[in-house]
Amino acid sequence: MSSSAQSLGPRVQPRRRLSQPEMSADALRTAIEEPSATHLRVANPVILEAQDLYKSYKRGKNTVPVLKGCNFSATSGQITAILGQSGSGKSTLLHLLGTLDAPDQGEIYYDGQRIDNLPRRKRDSFRNSQLGMIFQFYHLLPELSALQNVLMPLMIQNGPLSFLRSRTELKRQATELLTRVGLDHRLHHKPRELSGGEMQRAAIARALVASPQLLLADEPTGNLDRQTGKQILDVLYELNREDGLTIVMVTHDEQIAAQSDHVIRLADGHIEF
Amino acid sequence: MYRWLLCWRYLRTRYIALASVVSVTLGVATLIIVNSVMDGFTTEMQDRMHGILSDIIIESYSANGLPNHESFQERIRQSVGEDLLGVTTVVHVPAMVTINHRGEPITKQLNLIGIDKETYSQVSDFSKYLLHPENREKLTFLLKEGGYAPDRQNFPAAGWEYRRRVAAMKKRNFELQQQFEIERRRNEELRKQISGVGTSPSETNHTIAPPSSGSVVATDGTLVKEPEHGFQFPDFPMGGTGQHVPPVEFSNNNSVQPAEALAGPAFDLIPSRDEDFAEQFDAAKDQHEGIILGISVGSQRGRNLHGEVEDYFYVQPGDDVMLTFPTAGEHPKALNAHFTVVDFYESGMSDYDSTFAFVPIESLQRYRGMIDPASGLSSVTSIQLKLHAGADLNLVRDMLRAQFPMELGVEVNSWRDLQGVLLAAVQMETTILNILLFLIIAVAGFGILATFFMIVVEKTKDIGILKSLGASSVGVASVFLGYGVLLGAFGAGVGAVAGLAFVANINMIADCLEAVTGQEVFDPTVYYFDRIPTIVHPMMVVWVIIGAMLIAVLASVLPSIRAARMHPVEALRYE
Ligand SMILES: Nc1ncnc2c1ncn2[C@@H]1O[C@H](COP(=O)(O)OP(=O)(O)O)[C@@H](O)[C@H]1O
Ligand SMILES: [Mg+2]
Repeated sequence: MSSSAQSLGPRVQPRRRLSQPEMSADALRTAIEEPSATHLRVANPVILEAQDLYKSYKRGKNTVPVLKGCNFSATSGQITAILGQSGSGKSTLLHLLGTLDAPDQGEIYYDGQRIDNLPRRKRDSFRNSQLGMIFQFYHLLPELSALQNVLMPLMIQNGPLSFLRSRTELKRQATELLTRVGLDHRLHHKPRELSGGEMQRAAIARALVASPQLLLADEPTGNLDRQTGKQILDVLYELNREDGLTIVMVTHDEQIAAQSDHVIRLADGHIEF
Repeated sequence: MYRWLLCWRYLRTRYIALASVVSVTLGVATLIIVNSVMDGFTTEMQDRMHGILSDIIIESYSANGLPNHESFQERIRQSVGEDLLGVTTVVHVPAMVTINHRGEPITKQLNLIGIDKETYSQVSDFSKYLLHPENREKLTFLLKEGGYAPDRQNFPAAGWEYRRRVAAMKKRNFELQQQFEIERRRNEELRKQISGVGTSPSETNHTIAPPSSGSVVATDGTLVKEPEHGFQFPDFPMGGTGQHVPPVEFSNNNSVQPAEALAGPAFDLIPSRDEDFAEQFDAAKDQHEGIILGISVGSQRGRNLHGEVEDYFYVQPGDDVMLTFPTAGEHPKALNAHFTVVDFYESGMSDYDSTFAFVPIESLQRYRGMIDPASGLSSVTSIQLKLHAGADLNLVRDMLRAQFPMELGVEVNSWRDLQGVLLAAVQMETTILNILLFLIIAVAGFGILATFFMIVVEKTKDIGILKSLGASSVGVASVFLGYGVLLGAFGAGVGAVAGLAFVANINMIADCLEAVTGQEVFDPTVYYFDRIPTIVHPMMVVWVIIGAMLIAVLASVLPSIRAARMHPVEALRYE
């Protein structure tokens, strides 16, 4: 992986359950030696932070302001819920946090480093290895099997040669993760042969296969019945509990929000506490 | 890695995209076929022309030719030097040939060429195209006993054997004629004795008609048409026998006719008209000066009742023909001379086969008065050179042009210059076909463009997903670009294989088409090749494939750029 991703790498070593992404000796040394990093960890375990975000969409001549000076922070190893009515800009905020879109104004920090103005390439590799994202509509690639979908971030990360070389290992890793989310019996099924819950499980496995610290979830249960939704949430809670995965979850469901460590309410483009 | 996987998957799951490359396939196949056939044709034609024409031709404007060709030759030898492989001198003159076919004269226009039998074959493939195997080895202008065209089916009997048979029949006919004449006179005498009121001569004729009339031979047009006898000789079944049979002619007038002054006064040595010669000339033993006719001069290619291609010969080796050509000098006169056909010349180029006739250069020079009586030096109308294989024709030609400017009354050309128009026409045809076919592939390119745009739109969500997973814009673009390359490669590959397979079996396919449709695809009466000639230049195939793939790739560039530009959020927001 590129050095930029490593420099962005977490200085906090959470409890991890799977094979660790091998940190280069260099990156480790930086993590230990850099005093500010140590300081950050002790004083402020905030892993993701946004300050004064503005975002508006242009529709024809008039602009639609969605976020009007929004502040946000997510603490490492905890679940942060973003609650808000439909159309309040939750997804927009999440996309900004996930560097899928750029804010008109404001700054976003991941692990103390500004990420919203990074060059495109670095943002791409940040999304690839530091961040996992899941969506209401699962967004699996329809031509690929569950296993191939899960392998996708690894294929993007590795060139064809290095992927083929470490193929067995990577496949094992993906299979393990699929087993963990309870989809070991559907490895070679195409998305259209899976139920909603199963698709979301595959999406979770895909989001986590590159061993990110942070999971952004946009209404992960929004399209599921209550029972299945609860199962999905249980998977997420377990990942948080066991691996210390930081989760930022968008929802419009008060009940779900109530189970989170922090709740942020979004209304009229502002954060309400 | 994901690029390959997705490319492959998109290809596997969207067979409809293959439909968009069908036209690429067809275009590539047609291009390969057309180019191979055209190349085959051109090469075949060039080879033949080159073989016929020798490398460089130094031609005199004047019909009288170059009187001092020896010095010309010497200077050429000096300046061309090493590269020179052979030199020959040629006299050519427009002429008319008269072939007597079943008593009817057939006249044809000819390009009469006097050649040196020793050196002419050194500068061109001339002897290769002769029908008699011995003439191919060593050319003589003497009639052979037989054995003409051993590799040709249905070639009629030819040679001395044939000539003797014809002569014998003619002799017999002549004797019958004489007998008949005596008979007639006796009748007349008888009538006079009976004093006038007897039977009419025609009735008498019937009574004394030759007993074996079936074998009686019509010889001369004049004889057959002789009206006063009132009887017609049946046609001689073997074809053209019309020739000069002096005794018949003379005996008709019952006295020896003086030789007509057909030629100028200087040419009273024409053998066939020579009095003494005429008496000595025995068609069964003697031949006139030999002539080699282009095969289409003496034959007609057509179809028989069964639709098979067949050559019908008006004249064969062993027959005599009469040539009419101008003499040299300030006031050219038409001159008649008899020649005996000793062989045919078949180059496969209908232009040449239907107009060329070759005679020994010395006799043509003699007939035309091109030999200076005082010095004994002869003139020629052109000097032909053969160069070594590696020699630069144009270089040598330009050098000779500088040495022999137009003012000298000569023109220096290479064989390419002489056939430039034809070659250029074929070349242009090939170019135009190539452009047209590439346009077809370009049209196919627009089909690919449209299909790809649709696929990109359809794959909007996938593009968003890939980007959210960290794929770069370039990576996403390359998925679609790779898709285009794969499709193009597939289309072009299949097209190339199909085209090459077609070319390899083109004659079989032509035969099959012929069998199915009953329509001749490749008509040998038109082309003079019995097989369709093809040449596959590997580079041509490579270029066609590269061109087609380039078009496919270019067509997928725009959709790929669109895919790369797509905003991930737009792509992801909605289901
Ligand atoms: N591309 C866009 N153009 C114009 N308006 C948009 C666009 N995307 C989102 N919006 C508007 O922004 C607002 C916030 O959208 P979103 O962030 O999806 O809300 P939520 O996820 O909270 O339902 C909505 O009113 C939506 O109509
Ligand atoms: Mg939303």
